[in-house]
Amino acid sequence: MWLLTLYRSTVGKKAIMAVTGLLLVVFVIGHMAGNLQVFVGAARMNGYAAFLKSTGELLWVVRLGLLAAVLLHILMALQLTRIKAAARPVDYQKRQPQVSTVASRTMRWGGVLLLVFIVFHLLHFTTGTIFPWASAPDALHPEFSHTDVYGNVMSAFHTPWVVLFYVVAMLFLLLHLFHGAWSSVRTLGLTTPSRQPMKRHVATVVALVVWLGFTAVPVAVFFGVIR
Amino acid sequence: MNMKLRVWRQSSPDAKGALKEYAATDVSPDMSFLEMLDELNERLMEQGEVAIAFDHDCREGICGSCGVMINGVAHGPMKGTATCQLHMRSFKDGDTIVIEPWRAAAFPVVKDLVVNRGAFDRIIQAGGYVSVATGAAKDANSIPVPKEDSDAAMDAAACIGCGACVAACPNGSASLFTAAKVSHLGLLPQGQPERYRRALKMVAQMDLESFGGCTLFGECMEACPKEISIDFISRMNRDFLVGAATAPMERGGGED
Repeated sequence: MWLLTLYRSTVGKKAIMAVTGLLLVVFVIGHMAGNLQVFVGAARMNGYAAFLKSTGELLWVVRLGLLAAVLLHILMALQLTRIKAAARPVDYQKRQPQVSTVASRTMRWGGVLLLVFIVFHLLHFTTGTIFPWASAPDALHPEFSHTDVYGNVMSAFHTPWVVLFYVVAMLFLLLHLFHGAWSSVRTLGLTTPSRQPMKRHVATVVALVVWLGFTAVPVAVFFGVIR
Repeated sequence: MNMKLRVWRQSSPDAKGALKEYAATDVSPDMSFLEMLDELNERLMEQGEVAIAFDHDCREGICGSCGVMINGVAHGPMKGTATCQLHMRSFKDGDTIVIEPWRAAAFPVVKDLVVNRGAFDRIIQAGGYVSVATGAAKDANSIPVPKEDSDAAMDAAACIGCGACVAACPNGSASLFTAAKVSHLGLLPQGQPERYRRALKMVAQMDLESFGGCTLFGECMEACPKEISIDFISRMNRDFLVGAATAPMERGGGED
């Protein structure tokens, strides 16, 4: 009943987007921190990967939870975008945005790009279906390995377009988080009144740290900082 | 000063409108924006043309009638100012000024720059009141209100219902208007009994009027002639979410 009230209202739909979004923020922070172990060495990285796999059912609970969060997030975005389109059938001949950030204005299309990235990334590192580095001259091993995560990472980021795609996708993640990590908390009404409500310190730090941590790995591998 | 105006002309709600060009000549920098339009209309009528219809009433920035989109900005370039309090000194000689009505499905164009903002009235009707017995006024100090609360309530109550928040919002959302109306009552003791029901009902009506959802662009706050903060949107959302979570329990209360 409560969820139905939420589902039927634009405020409720935004609340669902905010909650699922915040769950995903927590996930990307954890994922980014986990990734950084690649700088420690192969044993540490593969040990961490083995530990995650050893959690068994729990891993699947998390995976299905994340899938549900992503699907709900997308469903709400689609519905709200439709409502937005219907809310202004005749647009202005001239409109001059005043204070809205680039981040806020790229949430929809940036989100679509992030979805494409997530699908690619899962096929790239989880299933190993896409394997664009087989021909790379200094690949550690020519095939995807389900146990040698470190080797996969080292091999993966020698193809320029793959690295570029990751770097660009992470820029959009930076923008998505810069707006989303801030607005989701406001949407849920968890903020106290502020003199400068558009200021966002925590979201800025979260967005920058996640962006740096994620971007560091493909860039470091590409330029041979870690090998 | 001389300016080129490009004004939206639309003879009736169903007619197809278009921007039409006019010359505003001998404009004094001390004229208000509406006086500039008045002068133009005088001239149009002398020439046997139909005057440009625009909404206006108090011309002192408190009635909320006069909003138009000026060069793509709701109420024009002056922050915290309604169109009637905007003066021509905010423009330069030779400027081109594009004037359009508010654009929203919920604000259908009546004629030229005039839109029907009845949707706002229906949002108020849905819950923007307190159901208390009236009669002889009680002593004002018999209900103590914390200073911070009365200040915040007054900030929200400054809303004049002009519709600039909707007009400026890329989503066409009425969240700032509804939030201001939900909050100025919800912040005061008299508004407490209906606080959460009010948020539920007014948000439901806002959705029914086919306004868009809020994605916190922040454009509404910038366009608002009363500079009402998006903090109130957070407050409305909180009241809505609490209301949604507690509504089934309240149902036995006999209300509605």
